[in-house]
Amino acid sequence: MPAITFDHVNFQYESQAEPTLHDINLTIHAGEKVLIAGPSGSGKSTLGNLINGSIPHSIKGHVTGTVRIGDQDTQDASLFDLSLLVGTVLQDPDSQFIGLTTAEDIAFGLENDRVARPEMHQRVEEWATRLGIAAQLHQSPQELSGGQKQRDAMAGVLIDDGDILLFDEPLAALDPASGRKSIALIDKLHQQLHNTVIIIEHQIEDVLTRPVDRVILMADGRIIGDLTPAELLRSNRLQQIGLREPLYVEALRYAGCDLNQVDHIEDITALDTQALAPTLQHWQDGAAATPPTVARTPLLDVTDLHFGYNRHTPIFDGLNLTINRGDMLALVGRNGVGKSTLSQIITGFLNPAAGHLTYHDGDQKVDLATLSVKERADKIGYIMQDPNQMISQVMIRDEVGLGLRLRGLDDDTITKRVDDTLKICGLYPFRNWPINALSFGQRKRVTIASILVLQPELLILDEPTAGQDWRHYTDMMTFLEQLNQQGITMMFITHDMHLMLEYANRTVVLGDQGVMLDARPSTVLANPEVSVPLL
Amino acid sequence: MQKQSHRGLSIRTVVAIGIGAAIVFLLKRFGSVPTGVPNTNIDTSYGFLAFFASLFGPIAGFIIGFLGHMLNDLTYGTPWWTWVFTTGIFGGVIGLFWKRFDVEGGNFGVKKIVSFNVLQVITNLVAWVLLAPTLDILVYSEPANKVYLQGIVSGISNAISTGVIGTILLVIYAASRTKRGSLKRE
Amino acid sequence: MSFQLFGFDDQDTWLHHLSGATKLLAFLGLSIIAMISYDARFLAAITIMSLILFKQAHITWRQIRLVTKFILFFSILNLLAVYVFSPEYGVHLYGTRHLILGSTGYFTLTQEQLFYELNLTLKYIVTVPLALIFLMTTNPSEFASSLNKVGLSYKVSYSVALALRYIPDVQSEYHQISLAQQARGYELSRKANLWQRLQGAGKILIPLVFASLDRIDTVSRAMELRRFGRYRKRTWYMGRDFHASDWLTLLATVLIIILGIALFKVNDGRFWNPFR
Ligand SMILES: Nc1ncnc2c1ncn2[C@@H]1O[C@H](COP(=O)(O)OP(=O)(O)OP(=O)(O)O)[C@@H](O)[C@H]1O
Ligand SMILES: Nc1ncnc2c1ncn2[C@@H]1O[C@H](COP(=O)(O)OP(=O)(O)OP(=O)(O)O)[C@@H](O)[C@H]1O
Ligand SMILES: [Mg+2]
Ligand SMILES: [Mg+2]
Repeated sequence: MPAITFDHVNFQYESQAEPTLHDINLTIHAGEKVLIAGPSGSGKSTLGNLINGSIPHSIKGHVTGTVRIGDQDTQDASLFDLSLLVGTVLQDPDSQFIGLTTAEDIAFGLENDRVARPEMHQRVEEWATRLGIAAQLHQSPQELSGGQKQRDAMAGVLIDDGDILLFDEPLAALDPASGRKSIALIDKLHQQLHNTVIIIEHQIEDVLTRPVDRVILMADGRIIGDLTPAELLRSNRLQQIGLREPLYVEALRYAGCDLNQVDHIEDITALDTQALAPTLQHWQDGAAATPPTVARTPLLDVTDLHFGYNRHTPIFDGLNLTINRGDMLALVGRNGVGKSTLSQIITGFLNPAAGHLTYHDGDQKVDLATLSVKERADKIGYIMQDPNQMISQVMIRDEVGLGLRLRGLDDDTITKRVDDTLKICGLYPFRNWPINALSFGQRKRVTIASILVLQPELLILDEPTAGQDWRHYTDMMTFLEQLNQQGITMMFITHDMHLMLEYANRTVVLGDQGVMLDARPSTVLANPEVSVPLL
Repeated sequence: MQKQSHRGLSIRTVVAIGIGAAIVFLLKRFGSVPTGVPNTNIDTSYGFLAFFASLFGPIAGFIIGFLGHMLNDLTYGTPWWTWVFTTGIFGGVIGLFWKRFDVEGGNFGVKKIVSFNVLQVITNLVAWVLLAPTLDILVYSEPANKVYLQGIVSGISNAISTGVIGTILLVIYAASRTKRGSLKRE
Repeated sequence: MSFQLFGFDDQDTWLHHLSGATKLLAFLGLSIIAMISYDARFLAAITIMSLILFKQAHITWRQIRLVTKFILFFSILNLLAVYVFSPEYGVHLYGTRHLILGSTGYFTLTQEQLFYELNLTLKYIVTVPLALIFLMTTNPSEFASSLNKVGLSYKVSYSVALALRYIPDVQSEYHQISLAQQARGYELSRKANLWQRLQGAGKILIPLVFASLDRIDTVSRAMELRRFGRYRKRTWYMGRDFHASDWLTLLATVLIIILGIALFKVNDGRFWNPFR
């Protein structure tokens, strides 16, 4: 019997005028590992909610057709029964923590099933050890690093022994190394437990580092492909729907290799690199040399910066960094090294324990410590990592126009600038919607739009491409590149090495001892000491 | 099997109580301006409480008020039980009318604004000018003129807070409720 | 940075080992009897007892300095107010009049008034050490489970746990929204005037409330997906069984309450009247 069956399913959210999912037919067999991929807003999370029963049980809307988990119709089964069959790790990591401590959070399902305390303690211990978070059991989930948060969430659903595991964008907040570890962990569990695993992701390259049985492609609320990874990579379906191909596939394609001739294309480690080497070498030799650096004048000096959230663990201990006018700077480093913290210090959200921030305003040098958050914001725009922390209005248009209104611009100018920015960010069709009807990736774009519209001198973007599909990301980055050419300085924080290679002209690698390396992106990638832990 | 899920408070109400009480607590602590009469503040938490009570009903209203006020008093060492209880009653009474106002259904027009404010002014006055001081006299044996003055000042300031903040929140919330089937890509 | 309600400080005293339910019941019982009784001897005895307990809980002055100052300030304000409004209230209560100062004017000072205000002072402070002990020796997670144990429905108990869980979150959210708004052009720092800052605070409240409403939806969905509310009972990971010390503490509390009630009989009412 199949584990999951969709039979002619349509779904329309209550507030929507049109259906979000159209005629979904899908069968997933027990023990399969399936990747669901598609652009932002294509309905992946919605599909996931139909599988775990949130639709129709807690999200309002109209469903036609039938969804079956095993032999149960999700319409008839209770959400409680379904949750025993399907364990869900939600897209938004913070919203799913309930317990005061990690241990309680993992035990939450068991508590509700009236499991006796000694057994509960033993099972929590067991799963925490298995996932490597036993040392964090008494910490609050809020204090965990991104990767640990995810393990906490995974332990909380694995402990139920459900047959089906559903991961909604498990990689969105992780650095490449932790992301790969997560995927490896999911794979290991899959091999041990033989359950059905469904992963929703746009970062196809990372998911495919471990074998997957099938890839379901979604676009505009429809399933437009159901193929094996190898078939997918040989076709150009990903490009068609605006998703990014793995870098090595792209490289092979650029190099003119015939992908149909390549064995094991889905597994980079099994690729016959010997055979491909000459073609690739040939391509590399032909690639254009990077343009020469131009001398730049400093815009922001960070000198001898000290900071720590508490006295015991300093994050910065004498950090020095200069951002130059016209830089397109990528700030990279592993999870928790302090990238977001640094931006929050620059913008005045946090105050350093010691050190100076000097801003070169024309010929004048301004000590940023004398400026309020608002005054700094007139020069420095900052897009925070978590979109939910920035959004304060109900409607999209109001949110994007807020900064302009506060600067006292007239209505016509505001409307025009807001509309232009919304177009760049691919949000124009939704301009009159409330923000809570948007998908995660769309929300992130709203926050980007709301700062872009202000056109500050220095723009700091914290993970601008998290949760974005390739098409939106390309549109946005192209626009940022244009802005940069017009003289706006940019610093973006990213875990995405493609993004760094393609768009940055300078990379700063942050390590535990401050700046580890400050060089051109290609140099950084070529330096194994730095790039291996990053990748 | 199915029936079990429908007994008692809904999960959404449980969560609303928890988060609502947290907000009441924080508003009491950081969002109040002293009036000059001892232990009596212009307290923004009542506007918020009335709003949440109108959304989540009488039980939620009572517990949010009681719990939020109690937690706040507890951190000062002495829960003033009579007033803690009265805050709960205020939330509960406003909550009784949640079906009437049907804020979730959208459109909170002039008529509803007026009736909400009539309701809240009466509730505030009865709660603070009658109930709380009378309980104070009965339980704590405090002098009548002192507690009634405190009550009158609180009643007025809480009615203002509820009138301004509560009404604004209700109107904005109702306006933000998206009409069924109204979202279209344009 | 964020404010911790339960300044829970994990130590190894017998008070830390008591179940939260025991401490809650003892606290409620004592604070109610102290609320009703007007017997200065009784109130003083409880105050001394709670100060001794306080010592035993290993709470340091630094942890409670601020709260104590607050409490002192408000108590004095209240005592003054009582005097200003009713300088003769003590006389009215105790039925005798031992004048110390003044004679005919409004503001007289009588022994009865002083004694009445002494009683009030004791009432204001008697439960303070108990409340602080309760806050600082009770693990918040265990507290929720103990509420359930003393008979509150588990749903309500859980909402108390959620309130404790979300106070720091909501607070840091307020802070974040405020910063995000400033970064868009609201001046809310010390450079703004008071009126601007008040207005700004209002502008933060609205997004905060809406963010909280969204959060209610997501959290309740996450809880539903993990079967909260499935059965009529649930177990608690942090629950704790009653030990002998719990029963002894409860017994002692009951005895004190009985003593308090017995004193009503002896004193012929709530008031102990030394003037007669
Ligand atoms: N609660 C909601 N109410 C109304 N419409 C919604 C709601 N949630 C999602 N939608 C709409 O449904 C569409 C699909 O959303 P969904 O969250 O499934 O996308 P997704 O593929 O998961 O995207 P992302 O990769 O950005 O998370 C979006 O266009 C969104 O506007
Ligand atoms: N509000 C806070 N209170 C205490 N510690 C914090 C706080 N915010 C972050 N930290 C800690 O400070 C360190 C740096 O965090 P930061 O968010 O700056 O890392 P990051 O480099 O941006 O990581 P990521 O790539 O995961 O976003 C982490 O160890 C984190 O746990
Ligand atoms: Mg999604
Ligand atoms: Mg970060």
